[in-house]
Amino acid sequence: MLKIAVVGGAETVMGFKALGLEACPVANAEEARRTLHRLTRESEDYAIIYIEENLAQELEREIDKYKDVPKPAIILIPGREGPLGLGQSALKAAVERAVGSDIL
Amino acid sequence: MASTTITPTRMVLNQLKGRLKTARRGHKLLKDKRDELMRQFLDIVRLNKQLRAKVEQGLTEAFGSLSVASAIMSPEMLEQALLYPRQSVELGMSYKNIMSVNVPVYDFKTKNSDPSEIFPYGFAQTSGELDDALEKLAQVFEDMLELAQVEKTMQMLAQEIEKTRRRVNALEYVMIPELEQNIRYISMKLDENESSTKVRLMKVKEMVLEDAHHYKQ
Repeated sequence: MLKIAVVGGAETVMGFKALGLEACPVANAEEARRTLHRLTRESEDYAIIYIEENLAQELEREIDKYKDVPKPAIILIPGREGPLGLGQSALKAAVERAVGSDIL
Repeated sequence: MASTTITPTRMVLNQLKGRLKTARRGHKLLKDKRDELMRQFLDIVRLNKQLRAKVEQGLTEAFGSLSVASAIMSPEMLEQALLYPRQSVELGMSYKNIMSVNVPVYDFKTKNSDPSEIFPYGFAQTSGELDDALEKLAQVFEDMLELAQVEKTMQMLAQEIEKTRRRVNALEYVMIPELEQNIRYISMKLDENESSTKVRLMKVKEMVLEDAHHYKQ
């Protein structure tokens, strides 16, 4: 069976842990990078990885690598400070990639 | 650009004509594929936009409640309350084929199906806001799962569209014009050869007649 991981600040992931998701609390972007690496490289069990937006900012390159493969899906979620708009801009980037210009 | 080395023979001409026909057909098919992919993609984008707004709003609310809970309870208590989850989620993944793109489809099972069973702690020592926060998170989680599926689908479709678009453009603006030009070049060359042969034959005939009868036209 596949698993779902949540990478983010300790306070963000705490709630998801209670829901039965795998919580990976990280303190900074470097740690998040290592965690992401561990989740993607060393095991095939994770189908979805939710990652907090403010961490994802620094990990753009790593996240882009997984855009074209079906597994894992790396999805940005807003952190405690509320949405930063990064998720929306990822959507825009995908549209731009497909259409060639921003039509939204 | 007359391509580097093409021998102007009838065989090569036939080959090129065949390739042009194939290229035209491929171009049409790929164009249709691109259009259909684009249609699906735009639907998915719209869905994704809605879902993302919903998830972001739901999470903001849930985190709000969680903040209140963590303000009321001591950090140790909070951690202790959430330390051992009672709920667990199992995720199954299968693939759906959209225009030859394999996109994931998730289905998930929770161990406890009863929604009131998600609280991994006793109610005596925790604040009500924590219950609230968890309930909201559990609600938003289903949308989050759908978001993951839709967003992945969107990314993969975007990649496929990009690829298809490039192929269509390469065929339309490079391959087909080049083939057409080569075909024109060869047929012109063949015509030229033919007329020069005709002229030569006429000349030879004249010389032979001249030789035989001292006859001048």
